[in-house]
Amino acid sequence: MKVTFRIWRQENSKSKGRFKEYETEGLNEDMSFLEALDHLNEQLVLQGEEVIAFEYDCREGICGQCGVFIDGRAHGPHRNITTCQLHMRSFKDGDVITVEPWRATAFPVLKDLVVDRSAFDRIIEQGGFITAKTGTAPEANAIPIGKEIADKAMDAAACIGCGACVAACKNASAMLFTSAKINHLNALPQGKPEAYSRTKDMVAQMSLEGFGNCSFTGACEVECPEGISISNISEMNSWFLKAKLFG
Amino acid sequence: MLLDAKIPEGKLEDKWRNYQINSQLVNPANKKKLNVIVVGSGLSGAGAAATLAELGYDVQCFCYQDSARRAHSVAAQGGINAAKNYQHDGDSVWRMFFDTLKGGDFRSREANTYRLAELSAPLIDHFTQQGVPFAREYGGVLVNRSFGGVQVQRTFYARGQTGQQLLLAAYSQLYKMIRAKKVRMHTRTEMLDLVVVDGKAKGIIARNLVTGAIERYAADAIVLATGGYSRVFRLSTLAIGCNGSAIWKAHKRGALFAAPSFTQIHPTALPQSSEAQSKLTLMSESLRNDGRIWVPKDKNDNRKANDIPEEERDYYLERRYPSFGNLAPRDIASRAAKERIDAGHGVGRLKNAVYLDFKHAIERLGLETIQDRYGNLFSMYKKITGVDAYKEPMQISPAAHFSMGGLWVDYELMTTIPGLYAVGECNFSDHGANRLGANSLLQASVDGYFILPNTINNYLASEMKTPGISSDHPAFEEVEEEVKEYIERLLSINGTKTVDYFHRELGKVMWQECAMSRNSEGLKKALSRIEEIKEDFWQEVRINGSASQMNPELEKALRLADFIELGILMCTDALQREESCGAHFREEYQTSEGEAVRKDADYAYVSAWEYHSEGFKLHKEVLEFEFVKPTVRSYK
Ligand SMILES: Cc1cc2nc3c(=O)[nH]c(=O)nc-3n(C[C@H](O)[C@H](O)[C@H](O)COP(=O)(O)OP(=O)(O)OC[C@H]3O[C@@H](n4cnc5c(N)ncnc54)[C@H](O)[C@@H]3O)c2cc1C
Ligand code: FES
Repeated sequence: MKVTFRIWRQENSKSKGRFKEYETEGLNEDMSFLEALDHLNEQLVLQGEEVIAFEYDCREGICGQCGVFIDGRAHGPHRNITTCQLHMRSFKDGDVITVEPWRATAFPVLKDLVVDRSAFDRIIEQGGFITAKTGTAPEANAIPIGKEIADKAMDAAACIGCGACVAACKNASAMLFTSAKINHLNALPQGKPEAYSRTKDMVAQMSLEGFGNCSFTGACEVECPEGISISNISEMNSWFLKAKLFG
Repeated sequence: MLLDAKIPEGKLEDKWRNYQINSQLVNPANKKKLNVIVVGSGLSGAGAAATLAELGYDVQCFCYQDSARRAHSVAAQGGINAAKNYQHDGDSVWRMFFDTLKGGDFRSREANTYRLAELSAPLIDHFTQQGVPFAREYGGVLVNRSFGGVQVQRTFYARGQTGQQLLLAAYSQLYKMIRAKKVRMHTRTEMLDLVVVDGKAKGIIARNLVTGAIERYAADAIVLATGGYSRVFRLSTLAIGCNGSAIWKAHKRGALFAAPSFTQIHPTALPQSSEAQSKLTLMSESLRNDGRIWVPKDKNDNRKANDIPEEERDYYLERRYPSFGNLAPRDIASRAAKERIDAGHGVGRLKNAVYLDFKHAIERLGLETIQDRYGNLFSMYKKITGVDAYKEPMQISPAAHFSMGGLWVDYELMTTIPGLYAVGECNFSDHGANRLGANSLLQASVDGYFILPNTINNYLASEMKTPGISSDHPAFEEVEEEVKEYIERLLSINGTKTVDYFHRELGKVMWQECAMSRNSEGLKKALSRIEEIKEDFWQEVRINGSASQMNPELEKALRLADFIELGILMCTDALQREESCGAHFREEYQTSEGEAVRKDADYAYVSAWEYHSEGFKLHKEVLEFEFVKPTVRSYK
């Protein structure tokens, strides 16, 4: 299989970037998309060119590190998967495939396809936790949590923090991410006591980081590898309102 | 060198308490003057860093990923064990201790293993309090399932994303302490060497992976929490960045390396499909609770799985191990699969897989139950292979998965370098020659949250009296220079082969000769082949770009250079141990039925290796079984 990769190259966060084309041969349909990029990089090494920097770690769709924009979509042509789960069988021989980094003011490009997503960590830092010291927990079954609630918390907690929601959103909003984090903890009895302050602080940090607002277009839900529901955003908004009124 | 494991006095169930009563404490006012470096932000590292900070120490934590939340712990699917006996199926701390010791084929320490089981129950309380959404019954209590190697249900889980949920809890606790300004987090920063001053660990040299800057960090104690090194095989279930560099550099600076060749091969990964493959995907072992494993009786059977009638299928695990069947421990299940594949009964395009079949389970329990239990695994399987496993059996194959070996540590989790600790998968303790499923998240978590924060005081209390060492100390300068020269040397080779080429070569040798089964001849061949690879690497590797920028090829090359050396130690260790135990199966030591033959009289010790540039020196920590009599490990 033979394709042309059109890839964003950028030296570092200060320099200007541009697209560069690479004709790539010797691919096969069973290769994952990242393996195809590995293959291209091996060619580049031998040709004396610097490799394309891109990110990954688990290659199992769970660490959230491998996000890139492929042909105008976060994580490529399919819904609800990560880039590492995309396979070359989704492309045709001779395709020209455009690959670029996430584009958002809050995610500056560090090099080529690598962006800085530490804004997400700073949102967590403002309350994405339950304040409990090690060694102070009551017996786990002492606080029963109905299956529906546990499942609801789990649905939100499944977020892998890849940033596809931000990349897919025309406003570069981080509302899907932030709301998933807030709703996971706010749903559980252990997380309830801090629900109001958590919501206010995390939302405030989200704005400080320069993420845009949500206009309910729904692209985030479509591209989210975990299919996190956009209804999380309305729920967060309602927590936010309650926090302002009563918190 | 005398290997003192510092096992406390008393009955098994009293040892940990006795230890805590007798260990030294540090005055709270003094804690903030002491600083600790934690390298790694997985379950063990994040747990340790957060808890040490809660205790009042000044902590710095490092990871190579862009965020602490991406450490490899995030990928664990199946679950975490705890002796809660919620199911009233006869579980207890003692039974869990015994299962673990037996699972490890009596090559781990009694005291450590007991403590692991003992701390498991409060750990579940702790994670629940931190917001881990474990699976629940409708009435609100926690659910359990069983895992390979045990007959009780003691595994807690959060869908197929247990590791992710536990890590998110640990990561959020870490960020809680970052907000409190008690932890400084250094992401995208890789430890490249250890600084030892007057025989004590005092700091690290690290590379900022964005700017390429080489940086020095000093501390009163160093905790390594850098995870497993099974990427030495290249193809494994581990995340691509997993490496052995930090522990290897510590080894070269004097920390003994224990049981390096004990690698767990997991029976239920997806088979390799081509040369180009960069990693193998794990299907959770929990699938073995309901799935049945088989191959066609006739090795030339080319029919589709569903067309092969019952009587022409060989359910080989049920046949060979009737009381454990498909739940036999991982080493047994992996080896049995290899045996069938080698005998020509493998299935799939490359004939390198066996079937994992849910047909009977769906008939018995209904599709909905199976969907509820394993839905995300089935959809993952479909994404990768394009096959619907509700309709036809999955194809699975063994893959390198977990390093039982690692830095030698005593009961306090301290290595042989004073002030250097190792927690989680990068130490050797607790699992012996085989790790039972769902015991590793447990070990990483209790090491980080519960054990280390109690044992490190004992050392730091005495360090209080010696003045802190700053990173201006000449020892830092010296190590930094060495690191820089090493990098320059690598970059200047400018050869004709890629880093990945060498990794594939190393992986092939290691998988062929030092994985599921080993023999003397093969290991000797492997040793000379790896020496060749090493020589070729240092003459022919090519890395473009400079050291003063983000350079992913350089990162890979640095890790691979260490893997090559580690591979030599692994083969040396496997060759020296002339017995079969757990994951270490020496073909020369087996019964006529192909079962492992352990030799307690000669090998009931932990092999701990000391580094010398011209070879490794073996030290033995003799394992004394005071409370349990080692028996032949039978799962029949
Ligand atoms: C696919 C898979 C599934 C698994 N499923 C289960 C399961 O169901 N149940 C179970 O009990 N166990 C499971 N395990 C095993 C378990 O996940 C690991 O043993 C455990 O998570 C290891 O945790 P850790 O904290 O020791 O290391 P890790 O989570 O691997 O963390 C290592 C940390 O060290 C950092 N690091 C490494 N080197 C350096 C360096 N040089 N400089 C700076 N930082 C560095 C990394 O950035 C990372 O933060 C599974 C393993 C795999 C591979
Ligand atoms: S590499 Fe981890 S999600 Fe893709």
